[in-house]
Amino acid sequence: MRHTISLLVENKFGVLSRISGLFSGRGYNIESLSVGETIDPQISNMTIITSGDDQIIEQIIKQLNKLIDVIKVVDMTELDHVEREMVLIKVAPRQEDKAEVLRLAEIFRGRVLDSSQKTYTIEITGDEKKIAAFVELVKPMGIKEFLRTGKIAIAREGVKKLP
Amino acid sequence: MKITGSEIFIECLKKEGVKHLFGYPGGVVLGIFDLLHENKDIHLILTRHEQGAVHAADGYARSTGKPGVVLVTSGPGATNTITGIATASMDSIPLVVFCGQVPTMLIGNDAFQEADIVGISRPCTKYNFLVKDVKDLARTIREAFYIASSGRPGPVLIDLPKDVTAAKAEFVWPDPIKLRSYNPTYEGNKWMINQAGNMIARSKKAVIIAGGGVVLSGGSKELRELAEITDIPVTMTLMGLGSFPGTHKLSLGMPGMHGTFYANKAIQEADLLVAVGMRFDDRVTGKLDAFAPHAQIIHIDIDPTSIKKNVRVNIPIVGDVKRVLTVLNKVLREDMKEQWAEVRKSWLKQIEAWRKERPMTYTYNNEVIKPQFVVEKIYELTKGDAIITTEVGQNQMWSAQFYKFDKPRMWLTSGGLGTMGYGFPAAIGAQLANPNKLVIDIAGDGSIQMNIQELATAVINRLPVKVAILNNRYLGMVRQWQELFFSERYAHTKLDETVPDFVKIAEAYGAVGLRATKPSEVEPVLKEAFRIKRTVFMDFVVDWKEKVFPMVPAGAPIDHMLFDEHKQKSEKKLKAVK
Repeated sequence: MRHTISLLVENKFGVLSRISGLFSGRGYNIESLSVGETIDPQISNMTIITSGDDQIIEQIIKQLNKLIDVIKVVDMTELDHVEREMVLIKVAPRQEDKAEVLRLAEIFRGRVLDSSQKTYTIEITGDEKKIAAFVELVKPMGIKEFLRTGKIAIAREGVKKLP
Repeated sequence: MKITGSEIFIECLKKEGVKHLFGYPGGVVLGIFDLLHENKDIHLILTRHEQGAVHAADGYARSTGKPGVVLVTSGPGATNTITGIATASMDSIPLVVFCGQVPTMLIGNDAFQEADIVGISRPCTKYNFLVKDVKDLARTIREAFYIASSGRPGPVLIDLPKDVTAAKAEFVWPDPIKLRSYNPTYEGNKWMINQAGNMIARSKKAVIIAGGGVVLSGGSKELRELAEITDIPVTMTLMGLGSFPGTHKLSLGMPGMHGTFYANKAIQEADLLVAVGMRFDDRVTGKLDAFAPHAQIIHIDIDPTSIKKNVRVNIPIVGDVKRVLTVLNKVLREDMKEQWAEVRKSWLKQIEAWRKERPMTYTYNNEVIKPQFVVEKIYELTKGDAIITTEVGQNQMWSAQFYKFDKPRMWLTSGGLGTMGYGFPAAIGAQLANPNKLVIDIAGDGSIQMNIQELATAVINRLPVKVAILNNRYLGMVRQWQELFFSERYAHTKLDETVPDFVKIAEAYGAVGLRATKPSEVEPVLKEAFRIKRTVFMDFVVDWKEKVFPMVPAGAPIDHMLFDEHKQKSEKKLKAVK
């Protein structure tokens, strides 16, 4: 099963490689990983999407906790939480599809960041389903470039966090 | 007053109470070596290879419980430490390894003798540091010693660029130390311990499996109490030998691949396993699905990742073995009632029957020296009061089977990584830490050649280490597998005429060389070696055909054991297993 794991780590050089090394060294899988500084510049937040059976996920969480630079590990999958990801899509539609692309972008509350004679660059933010739905609709019209940030996740307020 | 990084290094080692470190000089650490040259409190032992230095520090650490310290230069000096560091890491041995590094300005430039040792050592250290500013040096060293020796111990590496050790700063010793993201759990959960007590009291056929964690936590006394209060037999893993007296009536010896028949039988029949400071290595469990099929499992370990990694666990207890057992014993003293003694009697009787059915034994021969006979004689002559190190392979398994360890920290062997070449340098480190103890490396003719250059270190430092080479002219354990599983095709395991004359090698280095070729010569050679207060190599020319039995083929359930006398039968069984 897929899990979203949120980490607080020391913002030091080498921390990312300790974490990615843990996953590669033990044969765990990373589907996506995003890192950013928190309000406290000494601490970074990481969101890792990984998958495995219950035993593997338990090991992943324990192994992450064991890393000296890891301050806190939360398995968001066990909490009510919100996930967001951003994608940037450069669409190159035929003349007759141009209006449809813009209409779809509007429906999905996307933003057109750049437009040229032949392309629109669209920003879409949302959860996995929303992004997948948009991509499916736009794909037949010709996607030239596609970039995604990796997910970030936050627990809903009032939800008891794991120890 | 500002002092140089090299001087801070020395001050920190003093603060940590370091008396000995092991190392090898080189360009970027000359500043530190220069200071050590005239230092009266801290002695650097020059080994003849950096791997030897790390194993020596490891032997020092295992025999004392204090972290072993290493100082080497950058590049090849640093990369040569890796096998030693990985060895210590697998067996949770506290080490602090200092590597020189090229000046910070040159890092990443492929400078002369540059290696990314922080990157290379990351997966095999508990933690590692690159010190970029001399102001961070003292705190870093403090943290390194703290991390290495607390929680589940392990090796820590510090990379010291040349300009950092040359630069000056105030010496500030941070004390006490606290790391917000590192807080090992020492106290076990009280509720869980109570549950464990209930489970133990209810069990009819319980077995304790003790591992290296008992030795590391200093919990031998508590373990013995646990066994004696409850009358539960104890089997000790390779790393756990000595954590419980091998001569105790409740001792089952070692379990697993080359363990005793009765230990493996007991595990397979048990209704409860109390796993203490061990991690269910594949050499212990054999085929996982078939391991201890009837048992509930209580697992006590300081490292949460060890729990439920390989086997299902009913009661996990994260904590320091000594502290958890102290509480558990208290619970049990109240819970264990007379009526349980009756229940246990039949279980112990059953185990005695297994012990009689297949005792740990071998066939003595008058003509040719059996390697087990040498180990037995060593045990007999030392009365068990010697520090024994081993190399890896048959020599290691025979030592584990036929030497009885009654006390912890007397048995030093590379368990997890299985590093050939470990035993001799480890013996050197142990001898240095225990000058009045008899230290013996039980070696093979293959393994000893992996760090034989350390003869120079032993001789020059007047360390009376004894090396008993069980010389069968083969890489014996691999040969054994080839005989059993590869149709006796001995691919690259026959050393034969290329085995050097160990007596002459010893003499060439200024040590003493002795040889025994007949069983009657074994005892005189050992006695002579133990009498001489010098480094001694003993070349025991042993039966090359001898194999380590019993044996559980890799991947088989642990009660599917091969025995010497049933070779054909067991081969059939083996085919069935495959």
